Amino acid sequence: MKILTAPRMERCIGCHSCSLACARLVHKSLSWDLAGIRISSSGGLSTGFEARTCLACQPAPCAAVCPTNAYSQRKGGGVVVKKSLCIRCGECARACPVDAIFLDQTSEPFVCIHCGRCVSFCPHDCLEFTGARDGGGDTEEEES
Amino acid sequence: MIRDHFRVLVVDLAKGRGTIANLEGRDAVAGGSGLAAMLFDRYGLPDQPWDDPAQPLIFTIGPLTGYFPLMSKTVCAFKSPYHDQYAESHAGGRSALSLRFADLDALVIRGKAPVPSCLSIGSRRLDLRDVHFLWGTDLLRTGKMLRRMYKGAGHRSIFRIGPAGENRSAMACINVDTYRHFGRLGSGAVMGAKNLKGIVILGDGSFPLPGGKEYSRLFAEVHRKMTDTDMMEKYHNLGTPINMAVLNGIRALPIQNLQKTTDSEIENISGETFARDTLLRNAACAGCPVGCIHIGYVRERFMGENRYLYRQVSYDHEPIFAAGAMLHVTNAFSVLALLDTVEKEGLDVMSAGVALAWATEALEKGIISPKETIVPLKFGDEAIYREAVHHLGAASNDFYRLLGQGTLKAAEHYGGADFACVLGQEMAGYATGEVFYISQALGLRHSHLDAGGYSYDQKDTPPDIEGAVQFLVDDERARVLLTSMVSCLFARGVYGNQVLSDCLRSVGYLNLADGIDSVSRHAQKLRWRTRLRTGFDPRTVTIPKRFLEVETWKGRTDSAYLHKLKDAYVDAILALARDGSEADR
Repeated sequence: MKILTAPRMERCIGCHSCSLACARLVHKSLSWDLAGIRISSSGGLSTGFEARTCLACQPAPCAAVCPTNAYSQRKGGGVVVKKSLCIRCGECARACPVDAIFLDQTSEPFVCIHCGRCVSFCPHDCLEFTGARDGGGDTEEEES
Repeated sequence: MIRDHFRVLVVDLAKGRGTIANLEGRDAVAGGSGLAAMLFDRYGLPDQPWDDPAQPLIFTIGPLTGYFPLMSKTVCAFKSPYHDQYAESHAGGRSALSLRFADLDALVIRGKAPVPSCLSIGSRRLDLRDVHFLWGTDLLRTGKMLRRMYKGAGHRSIFRIGPAGENRSAMACINVDTYRHFGRLGSGAVMGAKNLKGIVILGDGSFPLPGGKEYSRLFAEVHRKMTDTDMMEKYHNLGTPINMAVLNGIRALPIQNLQKTTDSEIENISGETFARDTLLRNAACAGCPVGCIHIGYVRERFMGENRYLYRQVSYDHEPIFAAGAMLHVTNAFSVLALLDTVEKEGLDVMSAGVALAWATEALEKGIISPKETIVPLKFGDEAIYREAVHHLGAASNDFYRLLGQGTLKAAEHYGGADFACVLGQEMAGYATGEVFYISQALGLRHSHLDAGGYSYDQKDTPPDIEGAVQFLVDDERARVLLTSMVSCLFARGVYGNQVLSDCLRSVGYLNLADGIDSVSRHAQKLRWRTRLRTGFDPRTVTIPKRFLEVETWKGRTDSAYLHKLKDAYVDAILALARDGSEADR
């Protein structure tokens, strides 16, 4: 399966189009938080931007700590999240080594589902949707 | 959040507390510019001075902010220290989206904090913190300190002022997120008068979007127009500095206090030169994929043995015109060094550059002496101008304090009004002719952005008073609609009335979608009424003699045409403010 990567973040202009696209298209929200990719300045605007997004760990530490099996390992890296099984404990976010999981006020987790829909909204081609780690397949979407 | 009313946070700095006001009026004024005038009507004191603690400092966004690309700007409204009348200034950065995600249509700040303070707000936050230790700190360092003090990197907006704002200079700006500004007419002084060093807006809310596919489809279509077509190329390629060479080529660039309009050395500070030699990267306002912000660098050897420091400085046509052409500083890196100094002081660069250009000519003519200027101002001498900028921001003596209130204020005292390049406020970077001069001199914001007078001039149409005035009125109305949404004006080629109407409909603003024509008319009138109520009399506006001496590709300014045009536009403004005033209330 393909995964989303952010290999060219030095090109980022901080427009947040990727986050807004994810929130809009995947989570049906107007938000720059409720998204699988979030942009922050790395120490002020003069030092550029970084993307907080799932690095497609395999095995994924967030899935390992999930006490209700709402998280499961995704083929090719990353996780599949079944929100109906989630008890909002927030362990996933605490386990993520790169702060890629956002918890909203109710501790509902938001993490990249590696669908690639944000990629075309980046005006500087910072993002890439590629790299079949285990031989390809369709992109799965999270259950919300 | 889509709602048929306005959700406004009204903060009282004296108490450090706020109130949420839910106000009607969405279908009448939409938001942005229209909402700002409506809020000044409600909270402003037209007859009291600008620094009365009860005067409001207003920030508004629009119904489409964050919902569509380039709906990314914020309107700031206040009673201006420059002319003690109603004023508007616009900025981008992350300000608009931060207000959106703080779940506010507007922020109104009243009162005066007991000590130098920073206000922090969000969708679930309101606090006022003592920051007396930052008072006197330059604007860039203030930004660094505030970033450390508050959470939310990337999803917040930080407004701050420098020494100029603390010293109540009428040329003090509010810096937004380092590279953007509420630049003109002294909003920074309003913060200074309120003891407000900074405002941190945390955008920590999220909202459900309308169901169905229409919104996403329309978003993708608008996004494609903004990024795939050539329409926006000029803004992200060379950016607005492309105008330097263009205007210089047609003898319409104000140079050396408008003593000339073309000069071979301008090539050294053209958009092409800046891009080739100084451009580090582009940046964008949140919610805009265009990325028009151009960031260059200053490299400075501060010690022997190759010890250097560097800073990043944003540039645009207007700053290059003001700190470059107008002062005849014709080296790109020198211009950036000067911009960097202006930034630290928290001054509006256009006002500061034009004011110092006047001061330089006044010194040359012996109208003022080195006793006033402290340093020997000289066209082309960037190092001297950096010192002068500091004096202007610090209000080092009576001369600089007065100059900081406006070039004409200084000229009234010392003489030299004939060559003060003031059109309502210090001129913008166009010497294109009569329509632009009248547009800025009489425009509500005294801005080149009020209406495209500079563009009308370049169409080479023969003098046509009725046609020109109609153009100014219609173009202003179209822009008021955009600044009520609040769109970046660079997107005006995409956001025609039909597209705006479709966008509004797709997110559920059905009444607004059907009524944008009446909204634009109403907002335009409301703004003019507000301006006139605070004391503006367009009949008293004068055009300094220097503008009558300008020679462009068209030849010398047509003085008779200019004055007839002025009289006709005055009548049009008065009619705008008058017509339907009772019915619209």
